[in-house]
Amino acid sequence: MSKRTVELELATPGLDDRGQPLRVPLGVAQDGPAEPQLAGEHMLINIGPQHPATHGVLRLVVELDGETVVRVIPHLGYLHSGFEKLGEYRHYNQIIPLTDRTDYLSPMANNVGFALAAEKLMGIEITPRCTVLRVIACEMSRIISHMVWLGTTSIDLGAFTPFLWAFQERERIYNLQEMWTGARLTTSVTRVGGMMADIPDGFVEGLRHFTQTFPRTLGEIDGVLTRNAVWVGRTQGVGALTGAEAINQSLSGPMLRASGVAYDVRKDRPYLDYETYDFDVVVGEHGDVYDRYLVRLEECTQANRILQQALDRLPDGPVNVADPRLILPPKSRAMSDMEAMIYHFKQVMEGVKAPVGEAYVGIENPKGELGNYLVSDGTAKPVRWRIRPPSFINLSALSKMAEGHLLSDLIAINASVDIVMGEVDR
Amino acid sequence: MNPSVDALQATFGNAIGRAVESCGDTIVYVSGDRLLDVLRWLRDTPDQLYDYLVDVTAVEYRDRERPLELVYNLRSLARRADLRVKVELEPGGDLAVDSVVPLWRGADWLEREVFDMFGVTFRGHPDLRRILMWETYAEGYPLRKDFPLRGRFSRAEQVRQALAANPEAHYSMEELSIAEAYDELPPDMKERLRRGNRGRLGDSE
Repeated sequence: MSKRTVELELATPGLDDRGQPLRVPLGVAQDGPAEPQLAGEHMLINIGPQHPATHGVLRLVVELDGETVVRVIPHLGYLHSGFEKLGEYRHYNQIIPLTDRTDYLSPMANNVGFALAAEKLMGIEITPRCTVLRVIACEMSRIISHMVWLGTTSIDLGAFTPFLWAFQERERIYNLQEMWTGARLTTSVTRVGGMMADIPDGFVEGLRHFTQTFPRTLGEIDGVLTRNAVWVGRTQGVGALTGAEAINQSLSGPMLRASGVAYDVRKDRPYLDYETYDFDVVVGEHGDVYDRYLVRLEECTQANRILQQALDRLPDGPVNVADPRLILPPKSRAMSDMEAMIYHFKQVMEGVKAPVGEAYVGIENPKGELGNYLVSDGTAKPVRWRIRPPSFINLSALSKMAEGHLLSDLIAINASVDIVMGEVDR
Repeated sequence: MNPSVDALQATFGNAIGRAVESCGDTIVYVSGDRLLDVLRWLRDTPDQLYDYLVDVTAVEYRDRERPLELVYNLRSLARRADLRVKVELEPGGDLAVDSVVPLWRGADWLEREVFDMFGVTFRGHPDLRRILMWETYAEGYPLRKDFPLRGRFSRAEQVRQALAANPEAHYSMEELSIAEAYDELPPDMKERLRRGNRGRLGDSE
């Protein structure tokens, strides 16, 4: 093995004893191998919980062979708040603010999911206007959640511009959300039997303007990413799952559909009259990160279509059911009318009692199937409130998807799951 | 009532308990020792095909006399049918049941969560340890009804334990075996990990 040397220009020209320019040997490592032998020895590295690419406080302990992932061991619970336990100590309407804080990227859809479960438990039929308003709430949430996913994932994979476009669109929905609920994040928009408030004046026009202009941004994002060589190279064939594997892993939402399983709760177990809307279930083919991107991008278009149809059919009429035992009277009546005051007092102090029984309602949230399972023993507080968290179950497939890929692919795969740690840890 | 209940009773006889309906959902009670057979049959039999495990969870009632219930929400994607299978575990008895991870990989984390929150042991689970709480958590099982809302220990005690914790305790035994740091653990933790009792009440000191 010949010795590698490097020519060095010294400040003072130097010659060796044979009159040749002075050459300096490169270093001490030349007698042995240039690098320590790492082959066969696995490395353990820790990513998170404070790491931007883990999308929250997820901690991954990764076993690496060189740069190849051998095993991923996720650690959860850094954001565990005990929502399910807290729910056992609260009235049904008092639980709704907790649902905002689970999947905080689509709070209005969580509110709807819980309200539907409580209404199924109590056997309440909601009004036609409320049904359409809830569809609007769900589809607005789908768009903002997918926009955040698109923006953060493109940043993870090195594209900054789509992030700005996506967040601008999200901002427009947030303004509408703020107009309706008074809050941008903690919306708490539903009540058992109705909504917290009807939509304000100007909301329909604002949302209609959004639905008309939003497809242009989607087209721009599509143009900059879908056939982008870097994007395609980093996502195609990465983290692929077959349809059978996805079903066996209990995946749901875009993760399941990207693997070619045409299962959408809105079509298969319709709620809120989704069967009467005209929209397509978007299905992928290969189940890799790229297909998950395509599915989510197209779902935004479909959500936009549903929003337009919902705005067209929005009926007039009351938002809340006409049951004074369920719905709080207006404050002015509660202060002036004896009967209204009694109902107000009983609802606030005792809460609404649910009959003995249990109900499970799954809705198609942006992340997947969000289930709310309520068990009642006849009191005003549930015995058990279980959230079926789509992010949590989708994340459980991470180890299987990432094994054998490179460390940099792990970041892409983790991003493609679309997790929200508030919901994973609850 | 879901027709699968009759088929189950015809096939498994005494292992199938009562079947009830609540809010339109069918709930069928199954004996714990036949659970794995019943679920495998429900998944693989051609007219049942409950191929999708929606959720695994548990319910403990406020009434102390009632048994703790394990809840398996099953769904057939092709037939668009749902079935809720429950297993009753008597209070004070052995809170253990067979793991369904051999049937559905998706049950892995769900069963770990039930173990973490209710203390139910799943026999045959590949990696049964706490998931939302940390592994050395010693206050018990948070979703049990005898667990107070604010936890068993005072805030001062919780802070003291957090500050006194060994940082290595944040790695699981498997990870430590990769890292070869297992030898440096304190003896009591090594002993506890060897027994496989992770984060059980009373084992910490």
